[in-house]
Amino acid sequence: MIAEAFKFPLINSILRWKDLFTSFNKVALIAVAAAVIGTVVFLLAGSKDANTAPKGVRNLAESSVEFIENGIVMQTMGKDGLGWTPFLLSLFIFIYLCNAPGIIPVIYMPATARMAIPMFLALLVWVVYMGVGFKHQGIKYLTHTIWPPGVPVALKPLVGLIELVSNYIVRPFSLTVRLFANMLAGHILLVVFALLTQSLITAETMQALLKPMMVLPLFMLIFLTAFEVLVAFLQAYIFTILTAVYIGSSAHPEH
Amino acid sequence: MEAFAHLVAATGLTADEQKAAAAASSAGFAYGLAAIGPGIGIGYLVGKSVEAMARQPEAAGMVRTTMFLGIAFTEALALIGFVVFILIGL
Repeated sequence: MIAEAFKFPLINSILRWKDLFTSFNKVALIAVAAAVIGTVVFLLAGSKDANTAPKGVRNLAESSVEFIENGIVMQTMGKDGLGWTPFLLSLFIFIYLCNAPGIIPVIYMPATARMAIPMFLALLVWVVYMGVGFKHQGIKYLTHTIWPPGVPVALKPLVGLIELVSNYIVRPFSLTVRLFANMLAGHILLVVFALLTQSLITAETMQALLKPMMVLPLFMLIFLTAFEVLVAFLQAYIFTILTAVYIGSSAHPEH
Repeated sequence: MEAFAHLVAATGLTADEQKAAAAASSAGFAYGLAAIGPGIGIGYLVGKSVEAMARQPEAAGMVRTTMFLGIAFTEALALIGFVVFILIGL
């Protein structure tokens, strides 16, 4: 007989961490740590001798710069976009370091699973691609985004409305929700399987077969942890590549 | 949903509990329905990308980038469903 049914904790209790001091909780601490670690690693890498073969920190930094250049900038913006590498690199590193604590033992909380950080990043990207659009195309940027060249006059009201909503509202909203919901879903899955394993281990039961059953959720937990390693990287990659696509389309409306 | 509402009404719960029961079940429906379309979409998209990469391995890098872009857009629908699930269910 099971003493009591498995009860999932309230969503607030798995997401809200206690305040370290007023209006600064552990999620904010993770975000600050991500920013500091990223900056320090790249400053350290920058201070190494550039003429010898790279090793250690510099190797890591160089390969990540190369990844951003070849995997993201060259694929989406071409050679003209190489000036955006620093911005995209810092975005990528910050998001990745915010995602990664989701699977680091003891911490187990991705900072991006709270709406605030993805939303702020998406607003930053929104401001940047709007700014790039105005800088490259002047005030014509507004009409270009609303009516892409070659739209028949009869369709202008319809296309205008759709493009207006998709460029100015849906883009930042979907950037936010994509990152936030992916990390939140992963976090909830990990919590569910960890709790299932724990409640099966500690179950007070006469059924001899029930306790060994805990290997099933345990396997799932291990598999999901491995999956989250991939997701943390993939979401940072997708956020960065979409940013590159949006900036590229503002700079060169024809493609 | 009509039948479910009758079923809940027949249990003799209070109005608040009935509302919570209906919310919990519709949260499940919301996520389940939202996952159908993106599931088909991502499957088709990745399948076609693998086909393209197998036919033309030298274009694999470009196909992969475009595939991730497509996945990101398709997946957004399922994720909005997930957010709605959280919002209704809790």
